[in-house]
Amino acid sequence: MTLRTDITSARADFPLIAQASDAYLDSAATSQKPDCVLRAVDAYYRESNANVHRAAHKLAESATDAFESSRATVAAFLNANRNDEIVFTRGTTESINLVAAGLAAGLAPGDEILISELEHHSNIVPWQMACQRSGARLVAACVTPGGELDMQDFRAKLNERTAVVSIGHVSNALGTVNPVKQITQLARAVGAVVVIDGAQATAHIDVDVQAIGCDYYALSGHKAYAPMGIGVLWGRFDAFDALPAWQGGGEMIEHVTIEASTYNVLPYRFEAGTPNVGGAVGLAAALQYLRSFDQSALRKHEHDLVAQARSGLAQIESIRIVAEPSEHTSVVSFVSSAGHPQDIGTLLDQQGIAVRTGHHCTMPLMQALGLPGTIRASFALYNDQSDVERLIKGVEKAVTFL
Amino acid sequence: MTSLDDIRDSFEFFDDWEDKYRFLLDLGRELPAMSDELKTDDNIVRGCQSQVWLHSQTETTGDSATKKLVFDIDSDAHIVRGLIAIVLAALNERTPREILDTDIEALFAELDLLSHLSATRGNGLRAMVGRVREVAAQTETQSG
Repeated sequence: MTLRTDITSARADFPLIAQASDAYLDSAATSQKPDCVLRAVDAYYRESNANVHRAAHKLAESATDAFESSRATVAAFLNANRNDEIVFTRGTTESINLVAAGLAAGLAPGDEILISELEHHSNIVPWQMACQRSGARLVAACVTPGGELDMQDFRAKLNERTAVVSIGHVSNALGTVNPVKQITQLARAVGAVVVIDGAQATAHIDVDVQAIGCDYYALSGHKAYAPMGIGVLWGRFDAFDALPAWQGGGEMIEHVTIEASTYNVLPYRFEAGTPNVGGAVGLAAALQYLRSFDQSALRKHEHDLVAQARSGLAQIESIRIVAEPSEHTSVVSFVSSAGHPQDIGTLLDQQGIAVRTGHHCTMPLMQALGLPGTIRASFALYNDQSDVERLIKGVEKAVTFL
Repeated sequence: MTSLDDIRDSFEFFDDWEDKYRFLLDLGRELPAMSDELKTDDNIVRGCQSQVWLHSQTETTGDSATKKLVFDIDSDAHIVRGLIAIVLAALNERTPREILDTDIEALFAELDLLSHLSATRGNGLRAMVGRVREVAAQTETQSG
């Protein structure tokens, strides 16, 4: 298959982008969906819908095939060793809650869970809950003023008490790419279980769980051109297989009596209830769509947009780019000394430019950087130079109001 | 402070968003700043993005039976301050009954600003209007 190198042609694949007069610069919150994903979900419900793994009829077989082949697509995308290392969830948040609840059972007072100040609340709160249940202590490595993980501080806070290290692959607020491979090596050397929050990585950088070497990797479909409500928790088989069951219900059991139950094998043990089969089919279509592009052309396209935005915004009086990490995805976070991020966001909205303003569900990061919030423009493969030009002109105009 | 009638009259003449938001920002600039001592945690009305502080006191004027509520409200965002000025023009120095009888949503709809009262904006305005009505309801019960 010839890979697509002309990234600007992707715009036409997204109905909501192709028809819109507004500039959508909020893809780190959620991405728009290409036609092929919408069609895959539609075709599933029109042609193959039935409950999976449960019936002897042909339609159920077709639904089960669609579900399991989606699992295989995800496994290949992540370079997982086995398909049964892929558990479908509602999204990254549920994935992290699942693994945190399971690991909490093995934690005790004296144990430490190491995260960082860059984390999204989804990679903080489940660990606070795990600490409440187990008596373990939550420790956070600092962020540098430049918006990068302070590796010296990370090393200092990592020790033989560290039972779990859970770090974001990419910061949602700043776009910083963390050195997850190095983090994993350091963490495994002290015997810690390593969880990587990949919500912001999937659509933008290569994800190879074996190359990273981590134990768990969580991701959300909706940030990577797939529907909402579908996500993944990948776990290294040996670790995942030893994790206690989480939610109880259908599918996750092997045998049930009123007195007790025995549980199913991976991955079904963690997929209680009827799964989101349509979502899984959509996710597989989205990952195949992502892989239909030449990956270095894709990265270059998004990096060029960030470079254009950084240099254009930096020219505007009162605007300061919050962080310019060297390893980054397609996010530019900035503030204005003339007004609150929300003022700028409202004035951009009036001009048909959609950005996110606020703390981006990273309150500890904002506290560490001493900011009430930022204005975040985030790009995806369907954005182009004209979107960035609109952003720059829009911000130029907005600051004249304040 | 600009009266509600003046605000209504001005809004009638705006034919683009720019005039409207410049006016809103001007209203915000005219809004007296709250003193720092009043910006306590108790007075915070949390929004997801910007913050609002609200302080209230009752004022008895002339006829001692009619209490009026006097509000001091501030925000860290300029546009929100403008929106607060509109809320205050409609509700400040009114009796609890007058406050409870005022339909702020209808006013914001009339001024085509209703989206700012929506939950998605996270600007604390909706919660602030809720707090103003709560104070009015409490005061009415106490004096009733």
